[in-house]
Formats: sequence, structure tokens, C-alpha cells
Amino acid sequence: MSVARAVVNRVLTYVVIGVGTAFFALPLLWLLSAPFDATPTYGVRPPSRVTLANFGEIGRNPYAVSSLVNSVLLALGTMIVVVVAAALAAYALSRVHVPGRDALLYALLLLSSVITGTAAMVPIFLLIFQLNLIDSRAGVVLVLSGGLLPAAIFLLKDFIDTIPRSYEESARVFGASPLRILRDIVVPVARPGMATIAVWTIVQVWGSFLTPFILLRDPGKQPAAVLVRTFYTEGGSPNLALISTFSLLYSIPVVLMYLFAWSRYGFRFHGGIKS
Amino acid sequence: MQRRIVGYRRVLATLTGLVVVAATTAGCLGKKENTETAKNADVKEFTLTIAANAIAGGKNATNADWITNWIIPKFIEAQKAKGRTAHVNFQPSGAGDEDYKSKISLDLKTGSGADIYSMDGIWVGEFADAGYIKPIESMVGKDKANGWDGWAQIPQTVQNNMSYNGKRYGVPLGTDGRVIYFNKKLFAQAGLPADWQPKSWDDILTAGQTLKAKLPGVTPIQLNAGTAMGEATTTQGFLPLLVGAGQQIWSDGKWQGNTQAVRDALGVYQKVYGGGLGDPVLQQDAKGRDKSFQAFASGKIAILLEGDYFWRSVVDPTKGIAKMADRDQAVGYAMIPAKMPGAGIRKQDFVSMSGGSGHVLNPASKYPEQAWELLQFMNSKDATIAALAGAVRITQRKDVNDEVLKSDPMLSFVAQKVLPLTAFRPGFAVYPRVSQALQQATLDVATGKTPADAAAAYQRTLETIVGGADKVATG
Amino acid sequence: MPPAEVTAAEPAAAVLTGPSPTADVVGLGRWRALGFVAPALALIGVFLVFPALWTLYIGATNYRLTGVAARSPEIIGLDNYRRALTDPTFYRSMRLTLVFVLGSAVLGQNVLGFALAYALRSARRAVRRTMEALVLLGWILPSSVVAFLWIAMLDRDEGTVNVLLRQTPGVAWLIAYPMTCIIVFNIWRGTAFSMMLYSAALSSVPPSHLETARLAGSSTAQMLRDVVLPHIRRYALTNTLLITLWTFNDFTPFLLTAGGPNGRSEIVAAYIYNTAIIGGDMGYSGAISLLVLLINLLLALVYLRVARAGKGRTA
Repeated sequence: MSVARAVVNRVLTYVVIGVGTAFFALPLLWLLSAPFDATPTYGVRPPSRVTLANFGEIGRNPYAVSSLVNSVLLALGTMIVVVVAAALAAYALSRVHVPGRDALLYALLLLSSVITGTAAMVPIFLLIFQLNLIDSRAGVVLVLSGGLLPAAIFLLKDFIDTIPRSYEESARVFGASPLRILRDIVVPVARPGMATIAVWTIVQVWGSFLTPFILLRDPGKQPAAVLVRTFYTEGGSPNLALISTFSLLYSIPVVLMYLFAWSRYGFRFHGGIKS
Repeated sequence: MQRRIVGYRRVLATLTGLVVVAATTAGCLGKKENTETAKNADVKEFTLTIAANAIAGGKNATNADWITNWIIPKFIEAQKAKGRTAHVNFQPSGAGDEDYKSKISLDLKTGSGADIYSMDGIWVGEFADAGYIKPIESMVGKDKANGWDGWAQIPQTVQNNMSYNGKRYGVPLGTDGRVIYFNKKLFAQAGLPADWQPKSWDDILTAGQTLKAKLPGVTPIQLNAGTAMGEATTTQGFLPLLVGAGQQIWSDGKWQGNTQAVRDALGVYQKVYGGGLGDPVLQQDAKGRDKSFQAFASGKIAILLEGDYFWRSVVDPTKGIAKMADRDQAVGYAMIPAKMPGAGIRKQDFVSMSGGSGHVLNPASKYPEQAWELLQFMNSKDATIAALAGAVRITQRKDVNDEVLKSDPMLSFVAQKVLPLTAFRPGFAVYPRVSQALQQATLDVATGKTPADAAAAYQRTLETIVGGADKVATG
Repeated sequence: MPPAEVTAAEPAAAVLTGPSPTADVVGLGRWRALGFVAPALALIGVFLVFPALWTLYIGATNYRLTGVAARSPEIIGLDNYRRALTDPTFYRSMRLTLVFVLGSAVLGQNVLGFALAYALRSARRAVRRTMEALVLLGWILPSSVVAFLWIAMLDRDEGTVNVLLRQTPGVAWLIAYPMTCIIVFNIWRGTAFSMMLYSAALSSVPPSHLETARLAGSSTAQMLRDVVLPHIRRYALTNTLLITLWTFNDFTPFLLTAGGPNGRSEIVAAYIYNTAIIGGDMGYSGAISLLVLLINLLLALVYLRVARAGKGRTA
């Protein structure tokens, strides 16, 4: 390749990276300036009066801290349910040809993408009511899990498909039970994929508003996604100080979790064993 | 190919099979009738829950604090004095009105949830039709229901806000009135009087023209339009004009369709937005209402039609969301005129619209008698004064109003001059959809359609909503 | 680690092209396999499928959340469907959604995700990490938060965009160009998934092929077309399918424009919300859900067709 071409390529690469960085960073700036401003507006500007009073205000809100705890509980609960159930199911579906498997997976994936909380609101509520799980976090976890599992299985199965079966074959020869094989051989290799599913699940649950809102009564059980919508002033307009501050606090746990998962496991959707 | 077809067939078969299962069990969509009455009338210990769209530290925080810190402890105390142990809980929400409405619909549908619910007056009709709420007298008996001494203190028109088909379903919590606000300072600069009281629509439009000519950077008139402002468009914008043109939105069994009054009201929109007297872009902004408040407070809008809420909570010098330190000197208010003197409903020269919310009882409550006691307690004179938390606001009770509004001339003005002229929105189940159709009509005109075309389109939508052309008045 | 002898189905192909050829070497057996699948299937069956089908059944009634039709809903058969198919707002919503999906997912996220993955391939580690972190933030932050961030950025009076364009007050972006706004917003929000996927895909392209192509004198464009794309074709298809389905039914843009102004950005998720919650018309929204399901099914089938058509051609 000629020198000119190489230079052009280099420049193009830098432009793409530069524009990309600006594009993705720009909207985030408000989250860094508004919480520290006593009277924030929609603009991004260095605060006229830098203050930490907004955080104090959030602390005085009776539900702020508990809502973040609830978000963590719901997210972790759903993540555990989804990862365990999806791992078992994806492994089995990957290794064994069950008739109608593909069609079923696609049908479920479609169903879970289209029928979201809004349209199915009444049936979900009545179902949970019949199961006596209204106002329980367990009910919310179950409903959210049901909705997230199809995509989780779809992604994880894809991942497990790329893991060669040689080790499982050998272990089988030595007499290990399938559950043992799954636990000791497949899971360690599938960790990046499972970490991806775990992160994805937590992100979805963290931002979920309608299901917890409909199914929970006790304000002490409401997650942060519901609480952030209540920050209106007495008059009904959004309280930008509280919203920006709480949004910042609300975002921090997911970011930390993602960094943790990323540094430990990487963030790969496909791969298995790399060459 | 073959495998693919088999695959699709399998999907279809599985889906159909499950639909059948779901359908057979989904018969429980309709509501089961609950026929117990006078339950638990004499128990010595009971638990009640109040639910409201209010939350400490957020939406309607004052209301939430009132319930938690005044009503609940005082009620428990009062019950103790009668030898009964009461446990009362508060279930806050802080969501958008429509989300809250969905949530309580689901609760009431399954007969679960709180014993007392706060709700907007215009929902009463549809909740009653759905069987979600019942008349108070059917829950505690006619004597107990009508025997409360508080009813005498609440004007009949205000009671109607929480009634349906002539029966009382709940107790209203306050009311309000709409007026026309103007910025006295801008008026002075344009040479208009500080004690302005327009007597006809032309007076308003002429003032607008003067402002436009003399003060170029100022938007003369803010007349709520469009769907982004929701009910605020209908109640603050369209309906005051409609009643000023002589018609209520519903009367004598018919809804106003493409009538002269509707076209007249839309005509005002055309003159305002087509004539450069208003800002059409603002009407479509998702935050347009809030922005219009900010604009008025900073002197960029001269005339604005709103309820007394604007005076109390928007431009209030200390805690308004768009504070005006000089509110008492700079903000003028006047009655909304009819199209011309005598052209309003009931042949009035001036008109207004009112609304409000209230509290209802849950028919599936385990302790209906006690819940009714609690509801009466919440609307007693002392409780009503406590709910104000020092704020000056129009309440549902005449005795409280007389006492509390003495210090505020504007609110006394509304309570004494405006409330007698006012009208309420019809408590029918379909009203919210009619309101949306009206909002659409105002949006059409504000964005350029002629009133005639917009009214015709509105008529077509209205006929679908109310179920037939025979329920619609035309002209 | 003997990766060279990997003969199992290629990634993403396994689902798109049918069951893998190798037998059940692990000895799971049909019954145990079903046992493994049972927990997930039970959860999905009870908490997703059952309510979903119930919703579709409601589509055949005139059920509303309040009013007389709430107390005694009637089965009205295909009336809701007839209403939807003759309602111009429904068609508008479909049209807007297709534009939204095409613009922000099929083109936007795909192209940008690929471009970033490709550009970062040879970038310094620090640059790569920072870029990935920023892109992923847009995906990870909860919807209410990102909605507010964009509302603030696009604000007519003080938003960052207008400040950069030196026009305050400038264009009210969300009102004047609602579709453009939500398309750009969705690209910002979702590119992370595509970028990570293409990153993995690109790292699986054998470097020897690229070397050969470069030595033979191909330009970057030719190299992309002839060497890279065939290898990542299946990744691209799976990615496009997933993000299409997710974008088609995404509710987050509602938080920016509420479907407005005047319905100009009423994508299907907003349309269903407006009919179900604001309008209270559960029957109608149930019918719409079924129609949307069928349209999504159609799109999925198109992808399957394209995937299988290309199966024979690749190495």
C-alpha cells in the first residue's frame, strides 16, 4: 500500500475516533455539571454556585437510599435467576437437538421483544394478583426474568455453540455427570458470555419502570427507576436539581458493576476459546 | 425448505395451543360483583390505608406530609378516645397522572389496595361505570352517608365534581377558578390600564394588538393550545372560550360538535396564532406549559389564561416555580369575559371553569364504616385548614374559605366573584377522550387549519368517541 | 488448545442454519436436556407467554381499563383489527417505526458500530478503552437518565447543541425535527452492542488473509469487501436481527418526544402506550400488539432467508 494511502487511512481512523468520542461524550456532560449547581437549568455550564447541597437534599428524601438498595436487590435477584436458568437451558439446547428448538427460540424471542409491559400490563397484574405476589419484589423478579430469558438464552446458546465439545467428551468418558461437566468445564470457559448476559440483565432491570411501578405498593420497596420519576416540584414541573443529582447517584452502581465485570471477564458476545 | 415449513408449523401450533389455554382462563377480565355490606362495623381494632398521587420530597409533597404528619396521628388519637385502636398507613405514588390512574384502576379492579384513594374529579364517571367505585350510601347506608355535617359547607357545584348520576361517590378536595392574568408593567409600557377588565373577546384581542405594536420582543397572549399541554389546553384554553360563547361542552344529553360556539372558540385561536399574537411553537413543546410560565415571569408574555394555581404556585414570590418578587404589584388579574356581554352560559357577562380532585372509598374495603369516618375526618374544618399548611388556597369548605382567604385579595376575588360564575367539566367516562379531540382541534388551528375545517374534523372524531351522531349537537 | 480442528458450527450460524451436525456427545440425553431447559421454560411460560397470549386474546375484545367496557367486556372479534387497518394513525406509526429502525439500527448502529470497531482495532490500548467506555455508558445508563440528558442537550434555549451552534434560542430540535432527534438518540444509545459484536467478529478474521490481500495491493475498501465482510457476514446478520427487533419495540424515545409533536414521532411503542395508558383502550392495544408481532415475524423471516441464501457461498 502506498504511503499516501496509509496516511489517508490513518487520518480517517483518527477522525472516526475523534468524532465518535465527541458524539458519545457530549450528552454526558450535563450529568457532571448539573448536580453540583444550586439552580441548574438544561444548559451545560460551570455552576454559578458550586454546591453539594443537592446531595444533601437527596439524602433527606425518605426513599432515596432505600430505592437504590431496592434496585440492587431486584437487579441481582433477576440476574441470578436469568443467568442460572439461561445457562442450563442454553447448554442443553446447544448440545442436544430437541425438535422444534430453533422455531421455539425464535418465537419466544419475538414474543419477548414485542409484548412489553405496557400492552401486557393488565394480564401481568391479574396473574401476579392470583399468585398473591402483588407488592413483593419476588413477583417483580419473576416477571422481569420471564421477559429477559428468551434473549439471554438466544445469546448464550450462540456463545456456547462456539465452545468445542472435546473437553466435555473427555469428561464424559471419565464418567462425569452432565451437571458436573456443566459446572466444572463449561461454565469457566463460558464465563465471558455469562458475564455479558449478567451485565445485560442488570442494565435492563436497573432501568425498568413500568413493571415495578404496577406491581409494588409499598414505597419502601420501589426501585430507583420509579423514584426518579417522582422528582417534580409542588407545581408539577421537573425538579432539575434533584433529577440530575439522583440520576448521577442512580448511574454510579451500574457503571461500577460494568467496570468490574469488564475488567474481570472481558465483554465478548462470541468467542469461546481464542486462537 | 421442508424443515423450515415444519418449523413454522410448530411455532403456529404452539402459539395457538397456548392461546386456547389463555383464553379459557382469561374469562376473569370482567369484574366480580362484591355484595357484602356493613362489614366489620363494630370492631375495636382496624387498619386503613390511604393512597394518593403524592410523595414526600417529590410530587405534591405537601399533601403527602399532611397525610403522614397530621391526618394519621390525629385520627389514631381521636379513635383512641373512642376506645378503638386504629392503624393507618399511607401509600404514596409520585407518577404521572395517567400512570397513577392505571395503577389504581388495577387495584380497584382486583378489589385490593387501599381503603381511600385520591383521584381527579373527571375520572369519577369512568370508574363508576367500570364498577370500581360505588356511591357512598351503598357502602355505609343513606343515613350515614348523607348525615355528615360537612356537606352543608361544600357548595353543590363543587360536590358535583365527585358525584355521578346524582349520587355522591367521594368528597372533593378543594377547587379553583380560571382568570385572565396580565403583566401590569408591560401594560403600562404599552399604554394599557392597570385595572384592566376586558368585557369581550375583542377587548382581549385589541389589547394583544396594542402590545404587539408597542412591545416587539414580547409575546402578547398565551392561550393554551395543542396536545402537549394535555388537559391544561382544554380547561384553561378552550373551555373558558366555549362557555363564553354560550355553550357547555355537554348539556341536555348532547356533546358540542361542529357548532357555532365551537367554531367561535376556535376562531379566537386563529386570531391569536394566525395573527402573530401568540407563539405556536411553544404550544407543541413537551415542556411548553412550564416554559410559558417562565416566560410570563420574565416579562416575555403579557397576557396568560390560567387558574389560581398560577398565582399561588407559579409566580408566588417565595416558593413559586417561576417566582416573581413583585407579583403583588406587577401581576394583574381579571375575570374572563364572554364573547360579548350576555353571550356566556346562563347569559353571563363573565365566565370561568373549575376543576379539582377528591377522595373516594374502595368498595372492597374491609372496614367501610371506619374508612368513611376517616374520610369525614380528612374533610373536617381543622383537617382542611391543616392541609393548607399555611398556604392560602381555595378549599372545598365555605367556612374555611371565609377564614383563610381574608389575607389574599386574589383568592378572595376568585372565591367570591369567580366561583359563582364557574362551570365544571362533565363527569362522564368519555370526557377525557373528548378533551383530547378538543386539544387536537386547537392544535390544528394553531398550526394553520381554518376553524371550519378543524371543527369538522373534531365532529367526526367526536361521533366515534361518544357512539353516534345523535349524541352530538351540530350547528 | 486445538482450535484449528474446530469443526463445530460457526458462531451465529448454529441458530440461523439449523441444528448442529455433531451428536449429543455429552450424553445429556433428551430427558435430562428437557430437565435442564425446564426452569427457564417454566419461567418463560408462566410470566411471559401466558400474559402475552392473554394480551393477544384481549385484542379480540373491546376491553378498556375504565368505563363500562371494563366491567363487562365483549368479544368483538376482528373489529379492533379492522379499526387498526383502516386507521391512518396506525399506518403512520408503522411507517415512522420502519424509518426509525432503518435509520438508527440497520444503518446507524451497524455502520457506526463497525466503523468504530474497525478504527479501534489498531488503536492504542488507552484510546480503545476510553472509547469503549464512553460508548458503553450510553448503553448502560438507565433510560430515564439518558432521556433527560438528551432533552437537556437539545433544549431550545440552553441546550449544548444550540450553544455549540451559537444560536440561543435556536431551533427547538425535538419539535422541529423529532424523527431525526430520536434516530440520532437511538444510534447514541445502542451502538455499544454492535461495536462490541463487530470487535469480536473482526478479531476472528484470520490475519493471514488480510496480509495476503494487502500484499496483493487491494485498497482498504476492497479488502473490507472481499476479505472481512464474508467472514463476519453471519455476525452482521445476527446483530442486525437482534437490534432490529429491539429497536422496533423500543420505548425510550417516548421519554423524549412523547410521540409528538402531534404524532410525528409516534413509533409503535409510543403508539401502544398512548392507546393503552392514555386512552385506556386495552382491546385496541392488544390488537396492535398482535399486528406488530406479525410484522416482526416477517422481518425475522426476511433475515432467515438472507442468512440461508448466503450459506453456500462462504468458506
